[in-house]
Amino acid sequence: MALVLVEHEAGVPDDASLQALALARELDPGSVLDALLLGADGAAAADTLGRHGVATAHVAEHEALTGFAPDAWARVLVDLAERSGATVVAAAGSERGNEVMARAAARLDEPLATNVIEASGSGPWTVTRVRWGGSLLEEARLDADRALLTIQPHAVTAVAMGDGAASVAAFTPQLDSGDLVVRASERVGAPTGGVSLADAKVVVSAGRGAGSTEGFAGVEELAALLGGAVGCSRAVTMAGWRPHTDQVGQTGTKIAPDLYIACGISGATQHMAGCKGAKAILAVNSDPEAPILSSADYAVIGDLHEVVPAICAAIREARAS
Amino acid sequence: MRALVCVKRVPMTGGRIVLTDDAQAIETRHLGFASSPHEECGVEEAVRLVEAAGGESVVLTLGPAEAVEQLRDAMAIGADRAIHLQAEGEEWDAQATAAAIVDAIRADEAEHGPFDLVLFGNESADAGGYQVGLRVAAALGRPAATGLKAVAVGDGRVRCEQEVPGGRDVYVLPLPAVVTVKEGLNLPRYPSVPGRLRAQRKPVATVTPTRPASRLQKLRLVVPEGQGTEATVLGHGADAAPAVVRVLDELGVL
Ligand SMILES: Cc1cc2nc3c(=O)[nH]c(=O)nc-3n(C[C@H](O)[C@H](O)[C@H](O)COP(=O)(O)OP(=O)(O)OC[C@H]3O[C@@H](n4cnc5c(N)ncnc54)[C@H](O)[C@@H]3O)c2cc1C
Ligand SMILES: Nc1ncnc2c1ncn2[C@@H]1O[C@H](COP(=O)(O)O)[C@@H](O)[C@H]1O
Repeated sequence: MALVLVEHEAGVPDDASLQALALARELDPGSVLDALLLGADGAAAADTLGRHGVATAHVAEHEALTGFAPDAWARVLVDLAERSGATVVAAAGSERGNEVMARAAARLDEPLATNVIEASGSGPWTVTRVRWGGSLLEEARLDADRALLTIQPHAVTAVAMGDGAASVAAFTPQLDSGDLVVRASERVGAPTGGVSLADAKVVVSAGRGAGSTEGFAGVEELAALLGGAVGCSRAVTMAGWRPHTDQVGQTGTKIAPDLYIACGISGATQHMAGCKGAKAILAVNSDPEAPILSSADYAVIGDLHEVVPAICAAIREARAS
Repeated sequence: MRALVCVKRVPMTGGRIVLTDDAQAIETRHLGFASSPHEECGVEEAVRLVEAAGGESVVLTLGPAEAVEQLRDAMAIGADRAIHLQAEGEEWDAQATAAAIVDAIRADEAEHGPFDLVLFGNESADAGGYQVGLRVAAALGRPAATGLKAVAVGDGRVRCEQEVPGGRDVYVLPLPAVVTVKEGLNLPRYPSVPGRLRAQRKPVATVTPTRPASRLQKLRLVVPEGQGTEATVLGHGADAAPAVVRVLDELGVL
């Protein structure tokens, strides 16, 4: 039996959790697939989950489970896994999924394979997982009583099939005060207006080639013209030219725009790990040998301080005519 | 205030990852090494906390003899001393790493008293297991918050801010506690020359733990497909602008 932690917003499961269900189902097509949802409104997901192969949706309700309490979530997941005899326990490779599964793995003293894209076997298992934020893959052998996995978002396709709803089993978990020490007590700093880097359709970034804070003027103008967001490389944040919230990459923001324009950025693997989800990449670089030219779709060879203003002017001209 | 921060030595891979012939590791002959940016922020935070409150900051790594470079880097920006769990050969998995770190923490605390705060990166740059810090916290029975962009210590507590889609979630944990942090927490200082010289004289305690059998055993590494396509060059300099506009139009973003 496989058990998947399904993250949801008011009973609407998120895509990454449906992808986790798909991988768990593929791993053992013959076995029963159950889901765990935290919060009473999880019951509303029964139809969707049924279409994604779930037999029973276990909905855990407890007055302490309003704010995110990761140790409590892990406790509930472990209790249910032990009670149901699940041999595969999975979650999305989201921030929360990875966090709850790590805490569950620590409780069970079992290994945990995070950000898995493929799995096979039935104990031991063979898994392929993501390293270096996606720049490298690892094939590994997982030797455990229970396979604990998180599934890399966007690596597996979730397909709805059939039309029966999952049956809903409500329960009140046992929690003690120790499970509730770590608990989100407050939400601060509502997001500021404007296009967010993570959701922008177009991102225009610059790297060390920008030369200074002022060197971003053209990039800002181009981003504004295209209704996009400004990004940057780590070389830029380390120099203090832009805040870290603008950084694209493995340790910055991961983006998936329709177009990524990277100016004066060499294309280090850790930078590309953040923009590999882009549908198209245009590089502007003075060095025709820059590594980014072997991951970009289009390139302009030249000084960004000349090329970017010329692009802005050409856009205005095209729009005027 | 006693703070411990755990860092891992990883290669700086540049533009392209090349594997060793047996596909067990990254070919590092021509590469430099660093700790993850998350961990560098952890070091900076530990140093600042101790600068503000007095006490001692300690940096720990589990890795080969050369990993002493990353310990010296941390001491160059102000960590007071280091613990080196020297491990040659095969990489350690997260479970084994956490167990060795727990042993080292218990041994150090038996001698010097408890660490108020133990800091980790949210995830290591290479393995990306998202778990060593949480495993250590569980074994020590200490509360832990993850992925933090702000940490403030006072009144026997640590106030933590974690970035979430709608803003920041706040966690207030009693000390002693464990935190895992992300780049953006602070802007780490560059080591000064005197800092580097002082770091050479700071103490490094070396322990050689034995690697247990791995229950998540790496079989081989694979470079994913999709690298090595050559970009279509639209032109040179300002003259390329009209061609760029045509592409923007084709992509539907104009
Ligand atoms: C664990 C780890 C995590 C990391 N995480 C990230 C991350 O999240 N994001 C990130 O970006 N980096 C990250 N890095 C750093 C990364 O390895 C690179 O050092 C960094 O991306 C380099 O930034 P850059 O391309 O701007 O600078 P450089 O590598 O110095 O490249 C500058 C480029 O600009 C070009 N250029 C110079 N002048 C001009 C000009 N006038 N016009 C046009 N082109 C010009 C040059 O030809 C060159 O290609 C990480 C590193 C490590 C080890
Ligand atoms: N070999 C190691 N030595 C010291 N600290 C480590 C080591 N491996 C992982 N860590 C710490 O644990 C964090 C999470 O690692 P991981 O679980 O591999 O993603 C890292 O950011 C480091 O702070």
